[in-house]
Amino acid sequence: MYGWTGTILRVDLTRGKITKEPLSQDWARDYIGGRGLGAKYLYEEMDPTVDPLGPDNKLIFATGPLTGTNASCGARYMVVTKGALTNAITTSNSGGHWGPELKFAGYDMVIIEGRAKRPCYLWIYDDHVEIRPADQLWGKTVWETEDLIREEMGIPDAIVACIGPAGEKLVKFACIMNDKHRAAGRSGVGAVMGSKNLKAIAVRGTKGVQIADPNAFMKAMWASKAKLQASPVTGKGLGTYGTAVLVNVINEHGAWPTNNHQLTQLQGAENVSGETLTETRLVANKACFACTIACGRVSQLPEEAAGKFMVTTHPRNWRIAAEGPEFETIWGLGAACGVNDLDAIIKANFLCNDLGMDPISMGATLAAAMELYEKDYVRQDQTEMPLNFGSGEALVAMVEKTAYREGFGQELAEGSKRLCEKFGAPQFSMSVKGQEFPAYDSRAIQGMGLGYATSNRGACHLKSYTVATEILGHPQKMDPKTIEGKAEVTKIMQDATAFVDATGLCLFLTFGNELEEMLHQLSAATGIPYTMESILKVGERIWNLERIWNHKAGFTGKDDTLPKRILHEGIPSGPTKGQVNRLPEMLPEYYQLRGWTPDGQPTKQKLSELGLL
Amino acid sequence: MPKALKIIPEKCTGCMQCELACSWVQTGTFRPSRSVIRVNVFDEQASYAPYTCFQCEEAWCMTACPVNAIAINADTGAKVVLEKICVGCSLCVIACPFGTVFWNPDTHKAFKCNLCDGDPACAKACPTGAIEFAEVTTADWVGPWAEKLNAGYLEALQGGGL
Repeated sequence: MYGWTGTILRVDLTRGKITKEPLSQDWARDYIGGRGLGAKYLYEEMDPTVDPLGPDNKLIFATGPLTGTNASCGARYMVVTKGALTNAITTSNSGGHWGPELKFAGYDMVIIEGRAKRPCYLWIYDDHVEIRPADQLWGKTVWETEDLIREEMGIPDAIVACIGPAGEKLVKFACIMNDKHRAAGRSGVGAVMGSKNLKAIAVRGTKGVQIADPNAFMKAMWASKAKLQASPVTGKGLGTYGTAVLVNVINEHGAWPTNNHQLTQLQGAENVSGETLTETRLVANKACFACTIACGRVSQLPEEAAGKFMVTTHPRNWRIAAEGPEFETIWGLGAACGVNDLDAIIKANFLCNDLGMDPISMGATLAAAMELYEKDYVRQDQTEMPLNFGSGEALVAMVEKTAYREGFGQELAEGSKRLCEKFGAPQFSMSVKGQEFPAYDSRAIQGMGLGYATSNRGACHLKSYTVATEILGHPQKMDPKTIEGKAEVTKIMQDATAFVDATGLCLFLTFGNELEEMLHQLSAATGIPYTMESILKVGERIWNLERIWNHKAGFTGKDDTLPKRILHEGIPSGPTKGQVNRLPEMLPEYYQLRGWTPDGQPTKQKLSELGLL
Repeated sequence: MPKALKIIPEKCTGCMQCELACSWVQTGTFRPSRSVIRVNVFDEQASYAPYTCFQCEEAWCMTACPVNAIAINADTGAKVVLEKICVGCSLCVIACPFGTVFWNPDTHKAFKCNLCDGDPACAKACPTGAIEFAEVTTADWVGPWAEKLNAGYLEALQGGGL
């Protein structure tokens, strides 16, 4: 096969059995790869009602046909599994170098099944695959684990995806980290990996990715790169200020959830903006594999700041340069908790990366705990320290405690939904399907509310980023206050995003490229003549497949909802004062556009049209 | 003056587009393990440095080769491996002080940068201008860069920072 390697790796940890299988060519054509192919295998092979942390859950690492090519941003792989945080299907995306390395080793996907008796890790060197003991790695941080595996195997070029202590401790929002700083971040995929006693998958690949039509591919690739270069967002903005360029934009609009969504603007946001980060803490831009945008931040704390919030793990002060913080991190660990101290955020972010936790859910869960604390639902003798909004000290301390499930961290490790239910205030959990909101208040950006509510993996900004049109005016400006046309744009974006996520390309391409550029590259790489119509159909197929998977897992249309605060409590102050999300008005139109029943069930007709029956 | 590859490590973001482009020229596939330009990543220092053959004047690889399988291309000045003559003994790989001559396990021959016959794919592929194909002699850019690094190293040593 071209684009795809044509081989998948199946690892049964219970029996210690490793098998190599040919990739289903029909499924590859209809679901492309990454998110689509992973979801298809999960749908066909697994009972959706299983315990996400039990041995019956499967953990799939899936690349796309463009992963490992020189198509700009062809770096991505997807982790597909039943989410520990949500009990829904999850598709967590990561960049760096791991996905391409897996392709170079000769595999499109790795399917992990069962549960190992002892801690272990998977070692892949081209055709050689083995399950190795990881007792010596258990308890180690992400940085330590990566270095130890390279040392043990004597292969400095090996690329490692692993979990940190948070994944081992089954923290509900633990990540799978690769290249030390890159994360398949959300929904607790790291906890699933931890439940399997799988510490890491280390890969070294020396083979090549083949292209069906080199001339057409190179032409399409250069066209894509030229457009990226020319775009003000991908050519300049993201490179100069990183994703954090959004801090000022979203905050000034009054859509930056602050103090657990009690406010929508952070006092002192300029202290944590992309501009400030670039001027004061940035040391380099870092690109993922094949990326010509290079939005990645590498920052470093100055001596005095590094000594401020000492932690107990190594390194204690985090004086070394490391990646981040990104926009979402600055929100979760910053605004959500009312923290405007950039150094506290940077340190908490380094910790999240090294211990393997999602900074969005971490921050949002801590924000919920802070509201519980300030409104006397939890007492200081339970939290062991004051949990006031704005406390950088509490932030750094609680991040470390959560990863190790120490003290009150034991409660935070369960995520905001379980935390708030336990302490008698479920209304404080700012989440959908158990997954915390990211950095956009959907009261101020109507389309995001519909996207959050209907997202198949719980609240997520990466499944239909209507912020692009509603705030940034890309590709054209829509009014964030109104609901007209939002159902339609949400559906289109959901389908288009599902397609991009299936190719192995990065979603950020959509800021500088049209779907057309991706389509041409995909067709030339695979030799399959996809059309605009067929790729959108692929996207819609993936979306519906995830949806029916969730329905089999026990979700219904009733779960397409938002917390009371978002639906009924108007924003108290600022430029968006008084606004609430008008989800109930958008949802019926959305269901109709999707060809679903009024209660959100995909119809037989729709499923058969998509080849899902 | 013949052109050479000038590398500006400060501009590198570690995206590996040069490795991809080079491997495409070598193999017709995307296969960084067969690239003759390599990007070294120094994580904790946030530094990424592409390096490849400097086409150095002394060319120890040429001196070491027992069968004269490395020759100078008259047009480009590049030191090139003549595959038909190469016996795959790896002496050039050992001789190169910079580690920029490689041994191909598929063909059992040496391979190295030949400046793509005067139109290097890596320089074209680099999105940040970290690799330039310019009229410089090797020492023009390597010398000052090494001096700068050395100075930083000595300073750190004296300051006890290492």
